[in-house]
Amino acid sequence: MIEDIELEALINDVYEYYGFDFGSYSRASLKRRVSRVYVLDGFKHFHEFLSKVRTDPEYYKRMIDEITVNVTEMFRDPSFYQVLRKEILPLLGTKPFIRIWHAGCSTGEEVYSMAILLKEAGLLHKSILYATDINAAVLETAKSGIFPLRMIKDYADNYRDSGGEEDFSNYYIANYGFAKFNEDLAEKMVFSQHNLVSDTSFNEFDLILCRNVLIYFDNNLQKRVVNLFDDSLAVLGFLALGTKETIKYSISQSKYKQFEKEKIWRKIK
Amino acid sequence: MEKNKIIDCKVVIIGGSAGSLQALLQILPFIEPPTSFAMVIVVHRKNSDEQTLEDLIALKAKIKLREVEDKTPLEKGYIYIAPSNYHLLFEKNETLSLDTSEKVNYSRPSIDVSFESAAEIYGSALIGILLSGSNTDGTAGLKAIQKASGMIIVQNPLSADMPFMPKNAMLNTNPDLVLTPQEILEFLKEINKA
Repeated sequence: MIEDIELEALINDVYEYYGFDFGSYSRASLKRRVSRVYVLDGFKHFHEFLSKVRTDPEYYKRMIDEITVNVTEMFRDPSFYQVLRKEILPLLGTKPFIRIWHAGCSTGEEVYSMAILLKEAGLLHKSILYATDINAAVLETAKSGIFPLRMIKDYADNYRDSGGEEDFSNYYIANYGFAKFNEDLAEKMVFSQHNLVSDTSFNEFDLILCRNVLIYFDNNLQKRVVNLFDDSLAVLGFLALGTKETIKYSISQSKYKQFEKEKIWRKIK
Repeated sequence: MEKNKIIDCKVVIIGGSAGSLQALLQILPFIEPPTSFAMVIVVHRKNSDEQTLEDLIALKAKIKLREVEDKTPLEKGYIYIAPSNYHLLFEKNETLSLDTSEKVNYSRPSIDVSFESAAEIYGSALIGILLSGSNTDGTAGLKAIQKASGMIIVQNPLSADMPFMPKNAMLNTNPDLVLTPQEILEFLKEINKA
C-alpha cells in the first residue's frame, strides 16, 4: 500500500495539473485503487509514479481509467429490476415521454438492461436514456453494446430472476467470445461524458439511476451529487441507488418518499 | 501474548469461507455484547444472498447486529457483516465504506481486502481471526494485520470443516494463537472482561 501522504500528494497534483478533483473521494477505496495501479505498472518509487502522472497526459488517462471502478453487470440485483418492471415502469408509462438518466453508467450493462425492460413494457419508443460517465473509454464500450460472452449466462440468470420471460438470447448475437446487443435497444440511448464532482444538471428526468457510484464519495460529495439529482428530477420522479446506498445523510427526508424497502425514492415535492 | 494488545482492542474482525458458519455458530451466540470493541464478519457468500446470513446471526447472537450500508459508523458493542457482492473497507473517521471493484481471490467480499483495510486504520487495536475455508483468501490480510502490530488468530485446522484456509495462513504467517472455535469463544469472553 502507498502511504497516506503520497495519496494526498497525488490528489493535489492531479487537481493542479489536470483540474480533476479526487479530494472528496472515499479514501479507503481510492488508496487501494491507486496502490493497485502503482504495483500493476511496476513503479518502485512513488515520486517516479507522481512525475509520470504529471508529465504524461496519456499515462494520466490510463491511471484514471484504472482507479475508477468499472465493474458492472446486467440486471445486477434482480429484485431491484423486478420492482422497476412491476411497479415503477407502469407509473412512468402513463407519461407521454420518459426521460431516464444513468449517472455513472460505466460500460453500459445497466443501460441495456433498462432498454430491455422498456422494450418489454412497450415503452422504449417513447423513452430516452441518457447515459453518462467521467471515463471516456468505458463510454465507447457502452456505445458499442458489446459485452464478454462469458458473462452472458449470469446475465441470463439475472434476467430471468428479474421477471424476464423472453428468451434472453434473442437480444444479442454471439460471435468470437462476445455478445453484441441488438441495435434497436441502443436507438434511444445518448452517451456523454459528465463529471458528477464538478458538472451541473443538464436536463429534467423522470428516473435517475446511480447505482454503486456514491459509495466512492465522501459525505460532502454525496450531498452535492444527491442535490444535483434533486435539481435534475421532475416532481414525482424516481431516484434509484445501489442496494447499500442511502440518501438519508444527504437531503431532507420530507422531499422524498422511499419506495417500500427498495433503494428507490420518489420526489414528492 | 501481549496483554496490552488485548486491552486496546477496538475491532475484532473475523474472516471465513466454507465451513466457517458452523464455527461462527459455536462462538457468536455465547458472547455478551462487548463493551470495548466492535465485531466485523467477512465471509464468502453467494451474490444472491441478500439477507439470510444477517437474519441468522441476528437471531443467534446476543450482540446486536447493525446493518452495513455505505458510511455506516463502526461502533463498539455491535456486529457488522460484510454485505454480499461488495468489498468492505474501513475509513479513518471510523465509518465503513463499500466497493464493487474486481473480485479478489475469486471473492467479493474478500477477506484480504477487509483485513488489510482494517489493519491500516486500527493497527495494534485490531484482532484478526481466520476460520475454516478452502481457498487462500485471508492469509495476506493476516500478514497485514501482524505487520501493523495487530494480533492474529487462526482456527485450528483440526477443528475446521475445511482446513485449507487456516493451514495456508499457518504456513505463511506466524499466528499469535491457533485455537478451536471453543477456545476462540473463551478468548473473546476473556477480552470482553478486560
